[in-house]
Amino acid sequence: MRRLLGAALLAICAGLRPGGAQAEKLIISLSSDVVEIRSNFTGAQVALFGSIVPEEGRAARANYDIVATTRGPRGVVTVFEKQKFGPFWLNGERRTLDDVPSFIAIVSNRALDAIAPPEARRAEQVGLESLVAGPAGSDKDAPLFRTALIRLRGDHQLFQENPAGVRFLSPTLFQTGIPVAGTAPLGRYDVDVKVFADGALVARGDASFRVEKVGAEQWLSQTALTYGLGYGVALSLVALFVGWLASLVFRRE
Amino acid sequence: MQIYLPIAELPVDVFFIMMMGMAVGFISGMFGVGGGFLLTPLLIFVGIPPAVAVATQAPQIVATSMTGAISYWRKRAVDFRLGLVLLAGGLTGTFLGVGFFNWMRRLGHLDTVISLSYLTLLGTVGLLVLVESLRAIWAARKGLARPVRRGGRHAWYEGLPFKMRFPRSGLYISIIPVLFVSFLIGFAGAVLGIGGGFILVPVLIYIFRVRTAVVVGTSLFQILLTMIAATVMHSASSHTVDIFLALLLMGGSVFGAQFGAIAGAAIKAEHFRFLLGLLVLIVAVRFGVDLVSQPKEMFSASATEVRR
Repeated sequence: MRRLLGAALLAICAGLRPGGAQAEKLIISLSSDVVEIRSNFTGAQVALFGSIVPEEGRAARANYDIVATTRGPRGVVTVFEKQKFGPFWLNGERRTLDDVPSFIAIVSNRALDAIAPPEARRAEQVGLESLVAGPAGSDKDAPLFRTALIRLRGDHQLFQENPAGVRFLSPTLFQTGIPVAGTAPLGRYDVDVKVFADGALVARGDASFRVEKVGAEQWLSQTALTYGLGYGVALSLVALFVGWLASLVFRRE
Repeated sequence: MQIYLPIAELPVDVFFIMMMGMAVGFISGMFGVGGGFLLTPLLIFVGIPPAVAVATQAPQIVATSMTGAISYWRKRAVDFRLGLVLLAGGLTGTFLGVGFFNWMRRLGHLDTVISLSYLTLLGTVGLLVLVESLRAIWAARKGLARPVRRGGRHAWYEGLPFKMRFPRSGLYISIIPVLFVSFLIGFAGAVLGIGGGFILVPVLIYIFRVRTAVVVGTSLFQILLTMIAATVMHSASSHTVDIFLALLLMGGSVFGAQFGAIAGAAIKAEHFRFLLGLLVLIVAVRFGVDLVSQPKEMFSASATEVRR
């Protein structure tokens, strides 16, 4: 309840930002603000609930569209293109893309191009294409590298679009799930929900959650990082023990 | 059943990884090699980041070679003296290899370096071993006398200074070439995630002409020590050794290795070398085909830094 209130407050503040001629307000809430990675983690779904509150004294419209965009921690990515060197295909041309989200999930209630016209989608950063900036310094091959990155990440479920992921429970109440893949990078994920009506943005709200290792996973990776030497020595001893044990087991037979 | 790997940061199937460990362990036990040259590419193929695959090989090889070394030690088929000299070279090589590995990883050339080195190294070794063993098999079939090793006839490198006696191996040679070769193997081991047994075994047989009975045991002993060092060094510098992955692989491979050792004892020496050569060559060809055929996906991406 407290979280819901917090989200509501946040959403209201967002609605009050100057310059927003938005007639509606959006209240959103996530099912949890931490995705915990334990040893049985294979991916998770973060549920998102949202409620559209029409302006006081006005009736709700019947045709709201929802686009919920989730972005994982950003980073620098190098994209290589294989080229032929003599008989070998090796990494040749490369482009560095700055500030690329390591994870993008876009869920909406219908196809993005049906929700808003291209200019509005670009302006409001709707769709994978508009979220991944091209390589610095535009040359004619640059877009190739960007499309390749989107395709590669898509193959690993790290970039995904689901145009049928948002379900309306009532004309103003909706629900959706944000799919966090098992291979999703750790860190802070920002969720940005936009409400469109007749192709124009009418409200928005944001929230965030973290993907973190907990328990043994957290302890092991922290130990590996902080006490690398000790970790290596301990693991070697374990390996020697396993080898010795196996030789004992088989000696008896 | 899936388990999330804390360092590789992705979930894998427990039984699949253990089966992989077992299959590789079988080959490892059969030929007295670490089996890393098979397992590393397999792990990369299943999606484990190359850096983690290479580094995690080390503890897994420690476990399998420990089992093997114990059984050879019981048969008194380990030349500890030669093993320690090999280790001295191997450690230096491993130390520099881990440094080179981290450097290449930062530059983004690691994949290329790994593929190309696999191709050249495995291709050369596989081909040499294969040709020699075919000759031996051919000679045996024709009933020809195999060239006998004559005392007093030595290659030039055996006569270099710092000569040392290795009674168990039946050697009296300079330690310079021994150190040099083990240095190269330690270096390759750290960079490629291999114990280097598939290089060391033929080197001990053909170049140093170590008594065949002690070759596999000595090789396992040296691999064991080098890989302990590699585990510690990779853990301390690149932090890419995944304990869960290592344990799963070990669990499978120590058992596979036992069956492999039984199978290995049942075949003739020249057939043994023929099979080893063939195996190494097949892996090399696999890498070669990948490198020369037009790739389906022309692009690859690597995240160089992530802000959390």
